[in-house]
Amino acid sequence: MATIQEKISALVPEATFSESGQLYVTVPDAQWHKLAKALHDDKESPYDYLIAIVGADWGETLGCVYYLESTSTAQRLAVIVQTADREKPMLHSVCDLWQSANLYEREVYDFYGIVFINHPDMRRLFLRKDWVGYPLRKDYNADPALNPIRLENEESYDTSYSVVEKEDGTLEEQRPVIFTPEQYVVNIGPQHPATHGVLRLRTSLDGEIVTKIDPYCGYIHRGIEKLCESLTYPQTLHFTDRLDYLSAMQNRHALCLCIEDALQIEVPERVKYIRTIMDELMRISSHLLFWATFCMDLGGTTAFFYGFRDREMILDILEETTGARMSFNYNTIGGVMADLHPDFQRKVKEFCRYMPGSLKEYHELFTGNVIAQQRMKGVGVVSREKAISHALTGPSGRASGWACDVRKRMPYGVYDKVEFNEVLRTEGDVFARYMVRLDEILESIKIIEQLIDNIPEGDYALKMKPIIKLPEGRYFRQVEASRGAFGVYIESRGEKYPYRLKFNTPGLMLVGSLDELTRGGKIADLIAIGGSLDYVVPDIDR
Amino acid sequence: MEVKIKSMKYEDFKDNEYLENLVAELNAAGTNVVVGCFDDLINWGRSNSLWPLTFATSCCGIEFMALGAARYDMARFGFEVARASPRQADFIMVAGTIVHRMAPVLKRLYDQLAEPKYVVATGGCAISGGPFRNSYHVLKGVGEILPVDVYIPGCPPRPEAMFYGLMQLQRKVKVEKFFGGVNRKQKRQEFFEGK
Repeated sequence: MATIQEKISALVPEATFSESGQLYVTVPDAQWHKLAKALHDDKESPYDYLIAIVGADWGETLGCVYYLESTSTAQRLAVIVQTADREKPMLHSVCDLWQSANLYEREVYDFYGIVFINHPDMRRLFLRKDWVGYPLRKDYNADPALNPIRLENEESYDTSYSVVEKEDGTLEEQRPVIFTPEQYVVNIGPQHPATHGVLRLRTSLDGEIVTKIDPYCGYIHRGIEKLCESLTYPQTLHFTDRLDYLSAMQNRHALCLCIEDALQIEVPERVKYIRTIMDELMRISSHLLFWATFCMDLGGTTAFFYGFRDREMILDILEETTGARMSFNYNTIGGVMADLHPDFQRKVKEFCRYMPGSLKEYHELFTGNVIAQQRMKGVGVVSREKAISHALTGPSGRASGWACDVRKRMPYGVYDKVEFNEVLRTEGDVFARYMVRLDEILESIKIIEQLIDNIPEGDYALKMKPIIKLPEGRYFRQVEASRGAFGVYIESRGEKYPYRLKFNTPGLMLVGSLDELTRGGKIADLIAIGGSLDYVVPDIDR
Repeated sequence: MEVKIKSMKYEDFKDNEYLENLVAELNAAGTNVVVGCFDDLINWGRSNSLWPLTFATSCCGIEFMALGAARYDMARFGFEVARASPRQADFIMVAGTIVHRMAPVLKRLYDQLAEPKYVVATGGCAISGGPFRNSYHVLKGVGEILPVDVYIPGCPPRPEAMFYGLMQLQRKVKVEKFFGGVNRKQKRQEFFEGK
């Protein structure tokens, strides 16, 4: 069996390799699509999961880092591709191989202006069409006069822009049609209670049947990644709590892990225990909120009150220790902000005893309901292959039978010391996604019960210098957030500020799959499907 | 004149001075007794049935949902009828960061609210941009595009803080001149013409 280096070298002799935590391959753009196809179709370990595309501005050139993973062998590979110049940056698209690339490439286009050849839909994703400049480029002009607050309504365009490479190698600009004038297009959002935030979906309908959905993101795009580039590492931490505020602990855990990895420090055992327990508490609270809002979307208002009632118990526990109900700011580099409250263990144990009974109540109240079952079963089915292609991680991926749990694949914290099942289902419909979440609550309780009595004594934080400089290099770290794999990419040039910091969030991919999941279904199913994917919009938009 | 709110003592509120100024202004205007009584009656009704527009962009929205749930139960104050349509709402609770792309949408929602209407800026982001103040895509507070009546600081504010803010709005509503006052589009004109 040839190693992956040999395979790549045989195919692309120009490829250069480097090692920084994992294997990085640099290939020229002209060979990139060929290599991508070979990697994707590889017989021994097909790289079928595109984790992230990180756009970057490297001064002379722009480019992307592609993180790939093979779901069968768990091998990872990162590919670096650079553009020829800054004036007219172009790269070849890989969205024909991985469907997740569709929105990732649009994001890179939006932030860096890199046009992806053969991408069918090169529109801006987060910013308005009339936005001047590409904000994440290092030479971006942030003059507010260029981009004043525009109060006139944004126009929605029915055609897109794309650059297609013809057989003889010449490029041709095209205007693909998104919606034809005959199509009946309804606008759902951005202010709509069932979109779970400010997501806008242009939906074309044929009677009651959804024929196409065109998601518009960016209604809460806060430019966090750009802000991070001018903040020191400890200062960047607080943004993670405000990305996906329902997995605040996990997100912050990811960034802390990534920085600790880079510094090569080992946190005390106590910190690992505390972080793991906090992550699981956060996951339970997020799934409870999912249950509450999802049932409300389907018309079960009572569920809303039940879900919030139990969620408040977790918030009380977290508040005692962290001092906040939502933006906890708890994890820090090398530890946590404060030690556990003396009542913490007692209250958590109380909650662990209480919750399973509550879950039973949930099942009696909603899961078994005939109307609910009919609205959930067989709706919005996504197969395992599609889930991988769309990079649907988290409960949504596991409902399709993809064992994508980062806690199992690459254990962090103390997940390697606890026993828990990765909840898997194979139906891939709304009901499966719903059940996976509820069953995960039980698994989380199981994890907490194993840990809560065994928290070792010791320091709750390492003493860190106020200014932290990461050694030069690229770092990528993932954790399992409530909604899926949450990744952090840091590119450091040895300074106290990150050169590039990217949050690879699960939410964007959930939205990317929405079109395919809802196509052919009823418009009411759109609400059920959207609810079951459980995206959080600031997580999508960042 | 003391502005009474059933749920909280007058001296427990922080900025009574501001309210007293409003009352003094009202007194100086010299309203007819009959009209003034009707004003009182209508304001009593309005202040106890303020319906919010559900407009949540981020974290603060979750706390606003907690407000609606059983533990905090905003129904006690008459805020429980959160409307999804601006046509049926009295005030807009701007819960979360407002970004450039959202600004025209928010403005349009505000325009669609029926008079008299109020804006509550909830959380650091809506007040000043909060932690994202230096971002290229974030408004430095919703005050840049809308006239704000109440600011509720916090990141996100606790539900209790939201109640406090909403009770301040109730108090403000109570001392307003209704006939010939807020039922005309005075406030809006002042804000947008002053710009």
